[in-house]
Amino acid sequence: MDILSWDGTLSSGDFRLAACAFMQKWKSVMSAFPPWSWVPCPKQPWGASASHDVEGYLSLENIILRSIEEEHDEISCPQKEETSCSEKEELIDIATLVQSNCSKVPYYDLHIIYSASYRVPVLFFRAYYSDGEPLGFNAIEKDLPAHSAKALLDSKWTFITQEEHPYLNRPWFKLHPCGTSEWMKLLFHVDVSVAKNGVTIELYLLSWLSVVGQVVGLRIPLEMLNQP
Amino acid sequence: MMEARKYVWEGAIPLQIHLHESEVTTLPPPLPALILAPRIGYLPLLVPHIKPHFSSTLPPGIDTVWFDYKGLPLKWYIPTGILFDLLCAEPERPWNLTVHFRGYPGNILIPCEGEDSVKWSFINSLKEAAYIINGNCKSVMNMSQPDQVELWRSVINAGNLEAYIRVSSKLKLGTVGDEYAADLYSSSLNSRQSIGDTDSTGQVKTGRVPIRLYVWSVNEDFDDLEDAPQIDSWDKISYINRPVEIHGEEGKCFTLLDAVKSLLPEYFPYKSLNNEESSREEDKDEEKVPSENLSEHVESCYSSDDAEVKLVRIQGIEPKLEIPFSWVVNNLVNPEHFLHLCVCLKLPQVKIPSDT
Repeated sequence: MDILSWDGTLSSGDFRLAACAFMQKWKSVMSAFPPWSWVPCPKQPWGASASHDVEGYLSLENIILRSIEEEHDEISCPQKEETSCSEKEELIDIATLVQSNCSKVPYYDLHIIYSASYRVPVLFFRAYYSDGEPLGFNAIEKDLPAHSAKALLDSKWTFITQEEHPYLNRPWFKLHPCGTSEWMKLLFHVDVSVAKNGVTIELYLLSWLSVVGQVVGLRIPLEMLNQP
Repeated sequence: MMEARKYVWEGAIPLQIHLHESEVTTLPPPLPALILAPRIGYLPLLVPHIKPHFSSTLPPGIDTVWFDYKGLPLKWYIPTGILFDLLCAEPERPWNLTVHFRGYPGNILIPCEGEDSVKWSFINSLKEAAYIINGNCKSVMNMSQPDQVELWRSVINAGNLEAYIRVSSKLKLGTVGDEYAADLYSSSLNSRQSIGDTDSTGQVKTGRVPIRLYVWSVNEDFDDLEDAPQIDSWDKISYINRPVEIHGEEGKCFTLLDAVKSLLPEYFPYKSLNNEESSREEDKDEEKVPSENLSEHVESCYSSDDAEVKLVRIQGIEPKLEIPFSWVVNNLVNPEHFLHLCVCLKLPQVKIPSDT
């Protein structure tokens, strides 16, 4: 792939390849974290033949992104209890959601989904407490790292929006993809070693997540981005 | 061309809105509210007109307004006309909806804080359309504040098509050009270019067209729309948000049917058009197709029947599928520059092997 003429975007086939490479790299270098998984998604819920190259997305669920001791940054993967991530959610009134106890640590589900419109990956996420209670917009805002909270204040409707998950028909939070292709292009231009090696597809998602993950407080060490 | 757009812009649906029985605190219960809803508008925008009708009977509390049709909570960010086209196979006039002022189903519907939520959803969609057409969102992001306000006002007060065109033409989202659109409508293209900016409104940029496709499928044929199965859950509708690339073949017109098939390659594997993904898929599918000798013994989803497009509804009309797609795009788009297509597919019959 010619770095100089590349516009920072990705085809959906390349996204699939990038996802495979990403899952491998993550396992080897971010071993303290649970692994990502690929969730295939036939478009039709009534189960038509799936031999067409199936769409899907990357999923990492039930993780803690913030801990009390920042130095140790322990990430744990708790027992998957019967949380509210199933269809049996009860009706809740969003207006009454308040983070009442500051020692409650939220768990996050992260999905990386390809956008055919923007031709880039998009981060969808949601958060909930260990009892399954979901975090609403205000609670999420309080939980995000300080720089994100400020960005949120400045551009409430355009930075993180609450939108329907493209496959799950439920409201999730989404990091707006406008501008992604531009900074991805910049990222790859700046990193000379990457430009020389030209293996952009395989590094795409990792590089992308190293930037985007910071919004939710997910930090990827820079060593991970160097070619082995 | 102006006429078709005017019809779309001025299209409206008569609604009969009933307050949910759990929220009626007075006797006799209030009569339903009757209101004409613009097709290109959104249900939450009607609330200021509906609420006075019911406010005296509502229980105390904070309003969190939502609507349902036969129990299905309605997604407020989908334009009213599309909801109607999708959920009422046989159009119901007036369309009977239920309004709720309490008990917002936050696990199913995204929160709605009134007009602001709708406006931002609209602007984000417009940005997405701009990105698809131009490769960047700049024209929308750089809109002046007064222009933004005027654009939004022209949408809410649907009927002000001239104001909308005046502002939106600055966004350079263009019309889709191909020889079929130009030949048939060259005179109207010229007149369109004379409104607002004169440069580049006829230019095609990336060749990608913003589309939102809503697909519901049936297994059996039905002759009458009244017999079509009721959609009682959003899981029964496949929502596909993917741009269409118009591929002109010399002398051949890219039709509406071509566009629909290109968005559903898994249903129309042999008719996929030549784009980067489908050419790979076509190779794969060719390997998988059983030869004539084997077909009777092998269960095959690629039997001789493709899926059949039973219905394509756009802005309440069902155009002939052979119509040039460029005409559809130029005339039937919504104000945020997305073309919304409601499609009903009849699934192919799966052949069951006849041997033991």
